[in-house]
Amino acid sequence: METLEFRFASKPGIRPDYPALCGVVGSGNLEILVQPGEQPDCCQVQIKTSARGFGTTWQAVIGDFAASHPAGGTTIAINDMGATPAVVSLRLAQALAEYQGGAQ
Amino acid sequence: MIASLAARHSWFEATARARINGLLDAGSFSEILPPAVSQPSPHLAQLDLPGAFDDGVVIGCGRLAGKAVFVAAQEGQFMGGAVGEIHGAKIVGLLRRAALEKPAAVLFLIDSGGVRLHEANAGLIAISEIMRAVLDARAAGVPVIALVGGSCGAFGGMGIVAKLCSAIIISEEGRLALSGPEVIETVAGVEEFDAKDRALVWRVTGGKHRYLMGDCAMLVDDDIAAFRSGTTAFLAGWTEPAPSVASLRARQRALENRLAAYGALRDGLQVWAALGVAQPESVPMLDRDSLVALKEGLPT
Repeated sequence: METLEFRFASKPGIRPDYPALCGVVGSGNLEILVQPGEQPDCCQVQIKTSARGFGTTWQAVIGDFAASHPAGGTTIAINDMGATPAVVSLRLAQALAEYQGGAQ
Repeated sequence: MIASLAARHSWFEATARARINGLLDAGSFSEILPPAVSQPSPHLAQLDLPGAFDDGVVIGCGRLAGKAVFVAAQEGQFMGGAVGEIHGAKIVGLLRRAALEKPAAVLFLIDSGGVRLHEANAGLIAISEIMRAVLDARAAGVPVIALVGGSCGAFGGMGIVAKLCSAIIISEEGRLALSGPEVIETVAGVEEFDAKDRALVWRVTGGKHRYLMGDCAMLVDDDIAAFRSGTTAFLAGWTEPAPSVASLRARQRALENRLAAYGALRDGLQVWAALGVAQPESVPMLDRDSLVALKEGLPT
């Protein structure tokens, strides 16, 4: 297992009271927990993954997510069981939508 | 036909959380120890394996057709729904609370291969504590209903737990047994049981077979709405009986008779013929309603 931590600048988004969970820690899948973060213009991500040595790929995928979504003010925790970058991107967008949709 | 299939929400394919959302009254579920405050398994972390925030089981309270119920749902996609220390402790805590607060029922959405072997004794103890807690909740008058229709079925220790519940509601896709097919093949050889023969696996452990044998109270379609209406109907007609030695003895006799009648048979097809099914080879292709009608017509 490898633990990775990233922090990206991201446009501030809605800050609901309740966290959101998306996905399952199954083969080729991952779970993402989105909670309120400390800094409104920053997205903080911690990843625990079964696949070692993919730090630069994670950095690229999360960086792309933080640049294209209003993920500022969130802390995101990920448990990963070998999800592909496409699945990770999809789940991140899904998790953020559920988190921010839950505020309405 | 295809349109009706498309309208279904498969129980088999759904996650534990999706099953709960579709099973209970809309918006009534309140999770106990949700992912943000629950704790992943420390044992898996020691083995350098990623855990799940909820350790593979969702517990909480909600309503089914207006009645207060408690729910535990295992996530089969995470480590085969296997029971580790925290996973087990969450279920045990829910069952103990049920014995005190007496909801209308505990709905136990089983989807598990049994003990999480990574956690060794902690997992084994967790399973035995669940068994005790199921019996204590029932002794307190709270029905515990097992719903089995997930991809992992109910095997190993969780097969025993399922049978300790007040009743089992199963789908054709569900499976229920003690040792799983791969375990039997590994221990006793492929001549004893060919785990790759999926049709054989379902003829011996699958929902239709379990229902025909009387192991399950109800057979429902692989549809979350069918599990909901089946569970609601079952609870409406069920009163949890007080435990008694006489009923245990009667059950023991029934099991001895069953072993004598079917113990030497090798395949569900042979068992169904012995049960009085005129065309046992037609059973795997029957839909749910036809199979229920077939069972109701069997000699008892």
